[in-house]
Amino acid sequence: MEIITSILAGILFATAIYNLLQKQLLRIVIGTALLSHGAHIFILTMGKLKTGQPPILTEGVTDYTDPLPQALILTSIVISFGVTSLLLVLAYRTTKENNTDNMEQLRGKSNE
Amino acid sequence: MIFAVLIPLIIACFIPLLSKLKDKIHTGIFVFFVPFLIFLYFVQFLGEDFQPIRHTYNWIPSLGINFDFYLDGLSLLFALLISGIGALVVLYSIFYLSKQERLGSFYVYLLMFMTAMLGVVLSDNIFVLYTFWELTSISSFLLIGYWHFKERSRYGALKSMLITIFGGLSMFGGFILLWVVTGTTSIQEMINQVDIILNSSYLPLILAFVLLGAFTKSAQFPFHIWLPDAMEAPTPVSAYLHSATMVKAGLFLIARFSPIFSGSEWFFIVVSLVGIITLCWGSYMAVRQTDLKAILAFSTISQLGMIMAMLGFGTTAAVFAAIFHILNHATFKGSLFMVAGIIDHETGTRDIRKLGGLITFLPITATLALFGTFSMAGVPLPFLNGFYSKELFFDATLHLENTTFLAEVIPYLAVFGSIFTFVYSMYFFFGVFTGPKQLDKLPKKPHEAPIGMLLSPIVLVAGVILIGLFPNIVNAPFLLHAAQAVNPDVEFHKVYFWHGIDSPALHMSLIVVAIGIILFVTRKKWSKVYTILPGKLSLNKVYDQIVEKLDVISGAITRSYMTGSLKNYMSIILATTLIVSFVFMFITNGFTLEYDYLADVTILEVSVVIIMIIAAVATIFTNHNIAAILVLGVVGYGVAILFVVYRAPDIALTQFVIETVTVALFLLCFYHLPKMRKTTDSAGTKMTNMLISVGFGALMTMVAISAHSSNWFESISDYFVETSYKLGGGHNIVNVILVDMRGLDTLFEIAVLGIAALAIIGLIKLKKDKGAQ
Repeated sequence: MEIITSILAGILFATAIYNLLQKQLLRIVIGTALLSHGAHIFILTMGKLKTGQPPILTEGVTDYTDPLPQALILTSIVISFGVTSLLLVLAYRTTKENNTDNMEQLRGKSNE
Repeated sequence: MIFAVLIPLIIACFIPLLSKLKDKIHTGIFVFFVPFLIFLYFVQFLGEDFQPIRHTYNWIPSLGINFDFYLDGLSLLFALLISGIGALVVLYSIFYLSKQERLGSFYVYLLMFMTAMLGVVLSDNIFVLYTFWELTSISSFLLIGYWHFKERSRYGALKSMLITIFGGLSMFGGFILLWVVTGTTSIQEMINQVDIILNSSYLPLILAFVLLGAFTKSAQFPFHIWLPDAMEAPTPVSAYLHSATMVKAGLFLIARFSPIFSGSEWFFIVVSLVGIITLCWGSYMAVRQTDLKAILAFSTISQLGMIMAMLGFGTTAAVFAAIFHILNHATFKGSLFMVAGIIDHETGTRDIRKLGGLITFLPITATLALFGTFSMAGVPLPFLNGFYSKELFFDATLHLENTTFLAEVIPYLAVFGSIFTFVYSMYFFFGVFTGPKQLDKLPKKPHEAPIGMLLSPIVLVAGVILIGLFPNIVNAPFLLHAAQAVNPDVEFHKVYFWHGIDSPALHMSLIVVAIGIILFVTRKKWSKVYTILPGKLSLNKVYDQIVEKLDVISGAITRSYMTGSLKNYMSIILATTLIVSFVFMFITNGFTLEYDYLADVTILEVSVVIIMIIAAVATIFTNHNIAAILVLGVVGYGVAILFVVYRAPDIALTQFVIETVTVALFLLCFYHLPKMRKTTDSAGTKMTNMLISVGFGALMTMVAISAHSSNWFESISDYFVETSYKLGGGHNIVNVILVDMRGLDTLFEIAVLGIAALAIIGLIKLKKDKGAQ
C-alpha cells in the first residue's frame, strides 16, 4: 500500500508543479494547495501505514499507529492553510491593482 | 625599527589638524621632517661593516604573521631612497602645490604611501609584505586621482588600480603556495630552503604568480600601460611614486626572491626577456610622446626594463649593475620629473610642441635638465652616473652565464633600446630648451622658478654628479651590501670610468651615441614608422576593450537568466533539483525497494487513491473556476478519507474542517478573480513543463519508496505511546505531543496563523493612496 500512496504523492507533486509553472495566478495558488496535499500524504506514508489502533490510549490495546507523523501533519495543515489563504488574498489584491492575473506581465519596474 | 615604518602613518592621523593652519603655514613644512628624520635614522646603518638587523613584533603569532623587519643591504638601499627622495619631494611639493589645494588629503596619502613602501622593503614576512604591497597600490590610486574632478585622473587611477591589484593578488597566490611548500612565512628562512622550493611541483605556479606581481607593479611589458596614464597625478607624486619608489617595488621583489628563483632556468628566460622587451618598447615609444611627463613615463618603463633584465641575468656583474642603476635612476629621473614640473609650473604647458628656447628664461632648470638627460642617455662623460651603470649593463649583456639563443640576441637588443634612450633624452633636452622661442603659444610668460622649487632637483643632480665623479664612495659602504643580499657571490670591485680603448662595452656606448645623434637629427623623417608600429596594435585599446567587454558580457549573462519571469526561475530551480537528485541517486545507487514491511492493499483505499489521482490531473485541464475549486476539494477530502483509513482521527477532523473553509475561501475569491483561461503556451513550453513536473513527481515517488524501504532504526514513537499518560496526563497521544511534548511547534503555528490573518486584513483594508504619487 505504501507504494501506491507514494505514487499518489508523486502524482500530486507532478500536477502541483505543472500548475505552478503556468502563467495564470489562480493556477499557481491551486498548485500550492496540491503541493501541500502531496506533502501530507508523503509524511503519512513515511510514518508507515501499519494498521494499528488510532493513537488514543485505550485499555487492552498495545498496537497503535505512529502518533508523531500525525502531529507533524496537523501542524503542517494549519500552516499551509494560513499560507494558502494569504496567497489567495494576495492574488486577489494583485489582480485588482494591476488589472492582470498573468504572471508574465507582472515583472516589477525595470529599474528595480 | 617598527617606529621608522609606522611614524608616517601616525603623523598622517594628525595632518587634518595641522591643515587647519594651512592659511598661515604650508602643511608640507611639518611633513618634511618625517621622511628627513627617517632618512637620518637609516643613514646611521651605512658603513662597510654593516650586518643585517632583525626585529620582530607580534601581530598574529598563531598564524605566523608578525611584523618581522629585516634590514639588509637591499632594504637599506630602498629605505634610504624612499626616505631621502621622500624628503626632497615633500620639500618640492611645498612650492609646487598652492595653499588652495586640499593639502591635508595630499600629505595624508603621501605619508600613507611612505609607510606602505617602507613596510614593503623592510618586511621579512611574506604576508606582512603583501599587506604593505596593497597599501602602496591603494595610496597610489588615491594620489593619481588627487585631482578627482578631472576625468583623465579618474581613468588613470582606476587603470593603475586594476592592473596593480591584479598583480598583487596573483603575487598573494604565489606567497600562499610558497608558504604551503616551505611551511614558513619568513623570506630568509625560505632562502634556506631553496632546494625544497626548486624541487616542488608548484614551482612553475609560484614563479608565474610572483613574477606577475612584480611585472605589473614595475610596469613591465605588457602591463606598462598604467604608468603613462598615472602621469595625471601631481608632479611630486609622479617624481616620487612613479619614478623612484613604487615602480621599483617589483624590482625589489625580484631582487629579494632572486636567491630562491635564480636556480630555475625559467627565471632567467622570463625575467630577462620581459625586461629587455620592456627596455626596447619603452624607449621606442618614448620618442613618440609629446607630453614631457609621458616621455618620462615611457623612459621610466624602459629603464625599469633594463634593471629587470639585469636582475634576470643574475650574474654577479649584472646584479651589481642593477643595484647601481636603481640608485642612479632614482637620482636622475627624480630630478627630471621635478624639472618637468617646474616647466609646467612656469610656462603653463607640458606639451613639447609648444615649448622651445627656454634656456634663456630658465637657465638653472636647463642646467639641471642637461645633467639629468645626459645621465639618462648614458653619455660617456666622467661626471654622469648614468654612464657607469649603462656601461656595466653592456658589459653584463656580453658576459651571460647562459648560452641559449636568448644570450646571443640580448646585446643587440640592449644597444637598440639604448639608442632610442639616447634619442628621447636629447629630444627632451633640446626640444624644450633650445630652438625657436614660441612665447605666443605659452599660457604664461616663463621665468625662473623660485629657489625652493629648485632645491630638490639641485640636490638630486648633485647626487648625479657626485656619484659620477666618485662612483666608489657609494660602492663599498652601500651598494656592495645590497648586491650581496641579491647574490652572495658579488665581490667588491672598483668602478672605473675608463676601461681602455679596446673595452667592448665602450664600443657599444660609442655606437649608441653615434647612431643616436644621427637618429635624433633625422627624427622628423622616420617618425612615420609609428603609424606602422604600434599603429593599431595599441595595448591601451586592448585594455579598454577588456574593461568594456567584461561589463557588456557580464551584463548580458545576468540578463539572460534574470528575466523577471517567475516561471523561468521555477524551472531553473526545479530542473537543477531534478538533475542533482537523479545524478546523486544514480551515483550512490540510492534507489531500493523492499516489500517486507508493506501494509495490505484494500479496495477502499485504492478507489480513494484513484479518485484523487483523477481529480488532481483534472485541475490541469479544467478551464472553469468552479470546476477547478471542486476538483481541488475532491483531492482535499480524499486526503481526509485516507487519514480516516489510516487511523488518524485528529488530522482527519482538521483536514475536513480546513478543506471546507478553504473551498469556501476559494469560492469567495474566485468570484472576484478573472475567469480561468485556456493556456496559450506553445507545444514546446508545454512539453518542458510536463517533463519537469513528471520528473519531479517521479523523483518524489522514488524518494518516498526508497526511504520507506531503508529501515535504519526504530521510531521514537514508542516513547510517546508509553509516556503519554504517565508524563502528559492525556489519553490522546497526538494531542499530548502537540501541546506538551512538542508544544513549541504549536505556539509558532498559532503565530503563523495570526500573522497570516493580520496580513490578510492589511491586504484588504490598506489601499494605496493614488493621490500621493
